[in-house]
Amino acid sequence: MARYIARRLMWVLLVVILVTFLTFLIFFVIPPVDPAILFAGRAPSERLIEEVRQSLGLDHSFWVQYGLFVKRIFLGDEYGWPGFGLSFVTRSPIRENFLERAFVTMQLAIGAAVVWLILGVLIGLTSALKRGRWQDRASMGFALFGVSAPVFWLGLMALYIFWEKLHWLPGTGYSSFSEGVGQWFLHFLLPWVVLALLFAAFYARMVRGSLLEAFGQDWIRTARAKGLSERKVVYKHALRASLTPVVSLFGADLGTLLGGAIITETVFNLPGLGTYVVRSVQNGDLPVIMDVVVFASLAVAVMSLVADILYAYLDPRVRYS
Amino acid sequence: MTHRFSRDDSNNGKPLLEVRDLKVQFPTPDGLVKAVDGVSFKIHRGETLGVVGESGSGKSVTFLTVMGLISSRDAHLEGEVMFKGRDLLKLPEVEMRHIRGKEMGMVFQDPMTSLHPMYRVGYQIAEAVLAHEATSKKAAWGLAVDLLGRVGIPKPAEAARRYPHEFSGGMRQRAMIAMSLVLNPDLLIADEPTTALDVTVQAQILDLIDRLKTEFNAAVAIITHDLGVVAEHCERIQVMYAGRVTETGTGDDLFYRGHHPYTWGLLQSIPRLDAGQTQRLLPIKGLPPSLIFVPPGCAFHPRCPYVMDVCRTEIPTMRLEEGEHAAACHLSSEEQQRIFTEKVLQQT
Repeated sequence: MARYIARRLMWVLLVVILVTFLTFLIFFVIPPVDPAILFAGRAPSERLIEEVRQSLGLDHSFWVQYGLFVKRIFLGDEYGWPGFGLSFVTRSPIRENFLERAFVTMQLAIGAAVVWLILGVLIGLTSALKRGRWQDRASMGFALFGVSAPVFWLGLMALYIFWEKLHWLPGTGYSSFSEGVGQWFLHFLLPWVVLALLFAAFYARMVRGSLLEAFGQDWIRTARAKGLSERKVVYKHALRASLTPVVSLFGADLGTLLGGAIITETVFNLPGLGTYVVRSVQNGDLPVIMDVVVFASLAVAVMSLVADILYAYLDPRVRYS
Repeated sequence: MTHRFSRDDSNNGKPLLEVRDLKVQFPTPDGLVKAVDGVSFKIHRGETLGVVGESGSGKSVTFLTVMGLISSRDAHLEGEVMFKGRDLLKLPEVEMRHIRGKEMGMVFQDPMTSLHPMYRVGYQIAEAVLAHEATSKKAAWGLAVDLLGRVGIPKPAEAARRYPHEFSGGMRQRAMIAMSLVLNPDLLIADEPTTALDVTVQAQILDLIDRLKTEFNAAVAIITHDLGVVAEHCERIQVMYAGRVTETGTGDDLFYRGHHPYTWGLLQSIPRLDAGQTQRLLPIKGLPPSLIFVPPGCAFHPRCPYVMDVCRTEIPTMRLEEGEHAAACHLSSEEQQRIFTEKVLQQT
């Protein structure tokens, strides 16, 4: 097991290095405008641009610049560790703003993940156990709706109904936990549910499929032949086997969301990484975009690693191969 | 554990299991599948019954119904399954569950897929104990280790902690047998227990079942498509075709005094090492019938080389020959004996 984790960690490291390189290549070597001009402000003089270029290290060769970039990320800069650099637009350190927004996105993503896991597994389970009956049809109808309905439409409809018309919810924006648990929960409730619906639909279909597959397995017949109760056959034998594909998908999905849920954050006016990166793209704030991209890919790599370890824990066959 | 050896012997003399005129029919969009069509047989304590037939002959379905793994929810059931004085077809599922695994155990064909891949072998055996006995997990685990040892798995305490994928096919089948015997059942049903195994391992598994039958004082039913494999391990053999029993008797009855043309076909298709290089195997011509449109009369008549007019219209009944040897065929006993000695014995 330890060797397995060590091997997978090496992979994560490799992926991160590759991602930093690609990010660097895309944003610093083929940018639409010269970063130095961007950073230098309105109508800069030639000398100012040259000064900026030097202070940003843009006068170095490509490899030196890349080295400095990686060094900043891994060893930190004058504003702390890990190094996020300086925003072109605000000319202030990115670090604090970034971490605050990453925290908002994290609350959104993890909350939604809890919702969609519960919904997805419950609906998939019901659907598989009542195969062909109305419960199955209703569940799969929901799944089709969830997969097809665009998140921005769902979000706006939900806001219209629960905020505008029914006044059940306090509206959009972010209310931090320290400002009161109730407000925090009510502000996050709709974003969680709306974001979770799409995933819940996918997960419900996957759980249904893998459960039905499990029910056809010989070892399910063995479990029944032992005289186990139907409850044990379903929850201990069938469900255990059908949750392993869910686990590996879950890691990747949660990882992706941690890098920012652009549409949900925009609709619900949440100051997360998604809205941050959209604004930075509009402003041409290259360092911020790079930070978000590196962070997002790191999140995917790490969450996939966690999922793989969990998978190996769940399925002994993986541990030894 | 004292219960292991205190046995209810009140029904001595009576068969342990008696199936009477069992019919199992599955409704499908294409029509009713008559998987089992009026099967009757008995198994006594200490006896091994071999059930032989091609795939689709209804042999597995018969015993899955006996186990209650096919119930009235899945199929239309008729007849009686008398087990220790109770008709299992009339028992509610809750009671049936307590018989399954405790009073009768079942071993399946493919040991590679019959164990849950994610649980330790010992755990899966202990689970069977805990499903029926109010005992501690530790005691159940101990019993699992004990059984693994008795089915011939080396270092059973260590093996119990392993996962199925760390076992070879033969080891897994031994583990399956351990699992089905852990509560000392009265009846062990082995559905093609050796089909998926190497030839050398096949013999070991059958010998093991033989030995355990005596040790546990159980009755055994071995379901197989291979007459040759089980012949020497069974007191009685029952041949099935298209959901019906065609012939039943001892191994010698079938091998040296067979009465049914289908049995002859099976005998002629067993390869022999001492046969000359030039001698060909004689396959049974044609295919097993559809179980939705079973041929009228004797279901075997379209493939039977000795077919008569009556075979096409009337279903033959079991005719007792000598002892418990019986066959369902319209040919007269004399005719059957003549054909058997002239044609079949020459070629087998």
